[in-house]
Amino acid sequence: MLSRTASHLYWMARYIERAETTARLLQVGARNALLPDIGGGFRNDWEAILQASGSLEMFREKYGETKQRNLETFLFFDAENPASVRSCIELARENARVVRTGLTSQTWDAMNTAFQEMKELHRTERSKLSLTDLAEWTSRACAQARGSIHATQLRNDGYHFMNLGFTLERADNTARMLDVKYYVLLPSLSYVGSGLDQTQWVTLLRSMSAHRAFNWTYRGEITAARIAHFLILNRQFPRSLLTAVEDTLDHLDHLARGYKNPSRAQSAARSLLAELAEAEVEHIFDEGLHEFLTRFMGQNAGIANIVQETYLTGEPA
Amino acid sequence: MAQADQNFFNEMLNGTDVRAAYENLDRWQANMPSDLRSLKQHEAEQLFRRVGITFAVYGEGGDPERLIPFDMFPRVFTADEWRKLERGIKQRAAALNAFLADVYDGREIIRAGKIPEHIVTRNEAFEKAMVGIRPPMNIWSHIVGIDLVRTGRDQFYVLEDNCRTPSGVSYMLQNREIMMRMFPQLFVENRIAPVDGYASALWRTLASVAPKKCEGEPNIVILTPGQFNSAYYEHSFLADLMGVELVEGQDLFVEGDFCWMKTTEGPQKVDVIYRRIDDAFLDPLCFRPDSMLGIPGLMNVYRSGGVTICSAPGAGVADDKAIYTFVPEMVRFYLGEAPILENVPTYQCAKTDDCKYVLENLEELVVKEVHGSGGYGMLVGPKADKAMIELFRDKIRARPQNYIAQPTLALSTVPTFVEEGIAPRHVDLRPYCLVGEKIELVPGGLTRVALNEGSLVVNSSQGGGVKDTWVLAE
Repeated sequence: MLSRTASHLYWMARYIERAETTARLLQVGARNALLPDIGGGFRNDWEAILQASGSLEMFREKYGETKQRNLETFLFFDAENPASVRSCIELARENARVVRTGLTSQTWDAMNTAFQEMKELHRTERSKLSLTDLAEWTSRACAQARGSIHATQLRNDGYHFMNLGFTLERADNTARMLDVKYYVLLPSLSYVGSGLDQTQWVTLLRSMSAHRAFNWTYRGEITAARIAHFLILNRQFPRSLLTAVEDTLDHLDHLARGYKNPSRAQSAARSLLAELAEAEVEHIFDEGLHEFLTRFMGQNAGIANIVQETYLTGEPA
Repeated sequence: MAQADQNFFNEMLNGTDVRAAYENLDRWQANMPSDLRSLKQHEAEQLFRRVGITFAVYGEGGDPERLIPFDMFPRVFTADEWRKLERGIKQRAAALNAFLADVYDGREIIRAGKIPEHIVTRNEAFEKAMVGIRPPMNIWSHIVGIDLVRTGRDQFYVLEDNCRTPSGVSYMLQNREIMMRMFPQLFVENRIAPVDGYASALWRTLASVAPKKCEGEPNIVILTPGQFNSAYYEHSFLADLMGVELVEGQDLFVEGDFCWMKTTEGPQKVDVIYRRIDDAFLDPLCFRPDSMLGIPGLMNVYRSGGVTICSAPGAGVADDKAIYTFVPEMVRFYLGEAPILENVPTYQCAKTDDCKYVLENLEELVVKEVHGSGGYGMLVGPKADKAMIELFRDKIRARPQNYIAQPTLALSTVPTFVEEGIAPRHVDLRPYCLVGEKIELVPGGLTRVALNEGSLVVNSSQGGGVKDTWVLAE
């Protein structure tokens, strides 16, 4: 297929995933804001969120104060914020529009409907929209896109490029959300294991639609080690780092098989997966969760770069 | 049902009688409750928006994703009416192609004194780089859109020809899809010839002109200026229906004797390019050295038979308004037949006598710019105010060679849904004729309708809408 087409499909998926992550971050922030203060409290929580989405500075410049309403506007509706749900939905749909030929009508329909509904939401009076409504709308819109891709797209190379967009972005996003929680929210490690800390961990689980899943998987007590294990190393949890990398490798393998040409991206993903498969939570904590996550995000971005070079620029290999 | 206005041919009514072809539709609209009608109208709009058919008009601002209004009342042709139109359209498409082949080679028609040389060779659309080139099968314009209006039961006129890249065929196809989806019963009650063979006919046409160096099944692509072009939806829609890649200039490059596209598996050879971009943007080395757009070297590959470009560069000379007058002559000259479709009588302001007549009768005439399109640089005399008429008078005096004029035609009307039920509105027709190994025409076309009462301008930029166009099966 055309490299440009593959690139649009890939970015369409990345933006869908990113829209959902921003909505999840909004939810975490809003829920955490309801909790009593720790180390700077409200303001600090939100700053962590903004930092995770890479937009703290932009927010400060534009709005100054971290009022919840401003935050909602910024993270959901602000067209100037490239990570806002609206920007992501628009970019996803723009990418989709360019490659109409590579999409089934259901997939296009899902993308376009999300875009039209977003315009509708934007016109709606804000007092009529609760944060929960916005977040739920986002999950639904993204689920619809993902569902129609899964149910209707041909299992050809385009399908695998879309899925690479999802899995690479997902791995990055899970790592980012974890990093918010662990690195910024907690002023010092002494909070780990306290009752308050636990509530915040639960918020994180909730925002990843993983609260119940966690309970089913681990039963009993919620500990930092168990949650870290769940979000990083659990093979059953669809958004864990290990699952995301495994899925990335799977789609890279499909591509290489289809093209009868192995890629460097496969080797990179394979070695990252091998590392995760052997990792243990204790070792991750020894390294430092933040350090581990930073390293992981770098490796994941490395795979994305190779995908870009190998497939999406169209230069002869 | 009110009696038809005698000044215009009403395609549904003959006096107060409903013509046979429209009987079912008349019952259908009469029995349709008005709330159902608005419901369906809304549904149609939703469908158009959801599939993403929108239309951007250059320089008008506003919503770039505006819809062209869709009127649900179909326009109907009987099998007999269509048979004659079809013959006329195919005949004209053949003559236009013969003309192109001739003016870029022997120029028989000029030597025979049928067309003045300067009108051809000094025409902006005449492409010197194409002189002496013979495209595969000597076909130059592979998709010919012929704009027709009707003024009487058997009276059709050609308004203009489109030999470059006529657009709008996606509306023909989608209007039908939406009608079938919303009113399936209509298609049970009426025997309507299908139009959905267009995409495969287009593929066959393009494949039939594959370059001589192509072996096996040709790799066909559609070349688009990109997503910001107003017809982008159509480009992607056609690519999708034919299962071919939709490429932009940046996806193609020339190496050796061929044109290649950049794919995830490396370069892949391209054999036929259905381009939806202007000549000027095809190859900067050949046409516009200052342009960053286009594929450098493409014309060399084309000349040496490595790739086919559809339509051929320079095909526009056949549809220029200054050439238009001579098309009936082309039919006689190349085909030795009497033209089946007539031209609208046209006054060339470049000719002194014609110009005098035009200036004296501006109130009655439609004045067009020779190189204009889209109804912008146009004067509709009977509808214009004094200031507008004076403005055009000055323009024509300043550069008479830039203008032609035609009598205001009494465009036929077709019933159209309006606030108070149905009312007659003026329409035109653009069928899409395919020219390859064979000349093919799907039974149908794009009917544009002037939605404003009394208006004769059907351009979508000026209050025009579209209708499904039916050809009844025998």
